[in-house]
Amino acid sequence: MSLLTTNYLTPTGREEAWRFTPLKRLAGLHDLSSQVSDHISLTGKNSLPTGVTLAIANAADHPPAYASNDLITNRIREKIKKVLVLSIAKDVELTEPIILNRSCTDSAELSRVVILAGVNSKSTVIIENVGGGVVGEEIEISLASGASLSFVSLQEWDRTAVHLAQHHAVVGKDAHFTSYVVSVGGSVVRINPTVEFTGAGAFADLYGIYFATDGQHLEHRIHINHGVANAKSRVNYKGALAGDDARTVWIGDVYIHKVAEGTDTYELNRNLLLTDGARADSVPNLEIETGEIVGAGHASTTGRFDDEQLFYLQSRGIPADIARRLVIRGFFAEIISKLKNESLEERLMARIDDELAKVEQ
Amino acid sequence: MSVLEIKNLQVSVVIESGNKEILRGVDLTIKSGETHAIMGPNGSGKSTLAYSIAGHPKYLITGGSVTLDGVDVLEMSVDERAKAGLFLAMQYPVEIPGVSVSNFLRTAVTAIRGEAPKVRTWVGEVKAAMSSLEIDTAFSERNVNEGFSGGEKKRHEILQMELLKPKIAILDETDSGLDIDALRVVSEGVNRIKESTDLGVMLITHYTRILKYIKPDFVHVFANGKIVEEGGSELADKLEEKGYAEYITA
Repeated sequence: MSLLTTNYLTPTGREEAWRFTPLKRLAGLHDLSSQVSDHISLTGKNSLPTGVTLAIANAADHPPAYASNDLITNRIREKIKKVLVLSIAKDVELTEPIILNRSCTDSAELSRVVILAGVNSKSTVIIENVGGGVVGEEIEISLASGASLSFVSLQEWDRTAVHLAQHHAVVGKDAHFTSYVVSVGGSVVRINPTVEFTGAGAFADLYGIYFATDGQHLEHRIHINHGVANAKSRVNYKGALAGDDARTVWIGDVYIHKVAEGTDTYELNRNLLLTDGARADSVPNLEIETGEIVGAGHASTTGRFDDEQLFYLQSRGIPADIARRLVIRGFFAEIISKLKNESLEERLMARIDDELAKVEQ
Repeated sequence: MSVLEIKNLQVSVVIESGNKEILRGVDLTIKSGETHAIMGPNGSGKSTLAYSIAGHPKYLITGGSVTLDGVDVLEMSVDERAKAGLFLAMQYPVEIPGVSVSNFLRTAVTAIRGEAPKVRTWVGEVKAAMSSLEIDTAFSERNVNEGFSGGEKKRHEILQMELLKPKIAILDETDSGLDIDALRVVSEGVNRIKESTDLGVMLITHYTRILKYIKPDFVHVFANGKIVEEGGSELADKLEEKGYAEYITA
């Protein structure tokens, strides 16, 4: 155990990047007060197929592939000595997902994970976050040219957990990165899924679902950097909120540089407020330096439960509680069905039902 | 034999400046096997009548009664009314994203019948109903009303009616937005259900067009929140010829 020694300025809450985040509830991860362990709590859950390796390596051997402006990420980089490296060799095509499980104790942990998807590889990586715990996490994901990677991060934490993360993907030529961020557990979850492209034909699909109930703070800050020509991005995040002080934040920053001609991007965030007392912030931002693009757009909606849908279903004999469940499952189904993994889809729907059951009590 | 009895029904909607009275004492009795056409100009309160009977929360019942076989309908929740045997085919059925038609139909039928339909017979039952309404079976996998054309929405409403087998059905402007082929298919569907289940029908319409396909036993002219004239199908012919002018100015 050691004390954080970085002297980065501690956020006050007035900074743009921190103005939505409840700093008092971060268990000291953002300032110098957190005792952090060197323990790496992320481990492989299933046996690894041929062509895939998972190893703990010296941090110095895996220097960051990008400069992060995220305070937590920089603290992690300065602090940690070891990184967890998951490599998928080139041309490997996996039919079953690689599952990593993070099962935390209550001590704080800083963690840097590197995922390398080789040339023309095809894989799915699932990270399950369960238990209590205080985690600062950086996951750096590199997709070599032609690689296809589905990355699933499940935040199924206990209600005490604090999880601050950056998931940064570097997407190469003709590579396809698909990210699913699912946040239902935790006290405070703040995830920054960020993407940069390094070659034409690169494509990033970012999906997210979150469901905040009483007192939870679930924040997702997306940043997509279109710095090369002819890359494509899609973002679709959906959230539901219920109960006193349930809070969600969605930030969607898309930056199209002057060189990024032929960019095609669209981002969408929809929030469903199920009760009074919940608050959803949704802030899409689009900055465009060139007009020579295929398309760029965003949409953000935050609305209440549609009583007309409820009336329609009830008028067909369906009781109100079942009708509400149908509508909310339907709201998330659009994204969950994109997973194309039946057991995972069922598991997530079951989690949505669990959250709904809390609301109905 | 079922009877829907509407007596002196008075209904208001809540608006910013207070309550606005829409229905001003409606009396109407519909029995099994009977078809009643409710005709009237736009804004006369026809749809309010339909939605009030179905229990839409927007409408405030200020007087009168509605009973189905002697049981007070107005005391029932919306789903209880459907379970009691009432059905409303809506003019503008709402989209329910992410909920497939097959899931929706199965959930509704399970609720109405009180038990899940047998897998063995259910698929065939739905297929047969869809086929008679000329609905493609791929329809089952689509989300409820999402991206449906006007005709598809109305066929979907009648499909539900066929599967839920109500005692009394209210068809609210089911003919609106239908081309001539869709109108024929939908009307034939209604007639088939009437024959096989002795359904009582309240057919709300602005135009006489649908009455060429679904023959009314009674025609009621609706104006200014109540029934102002009643008769047989000859009354519809008169409306076709003269329009609603005399009722509006009256």
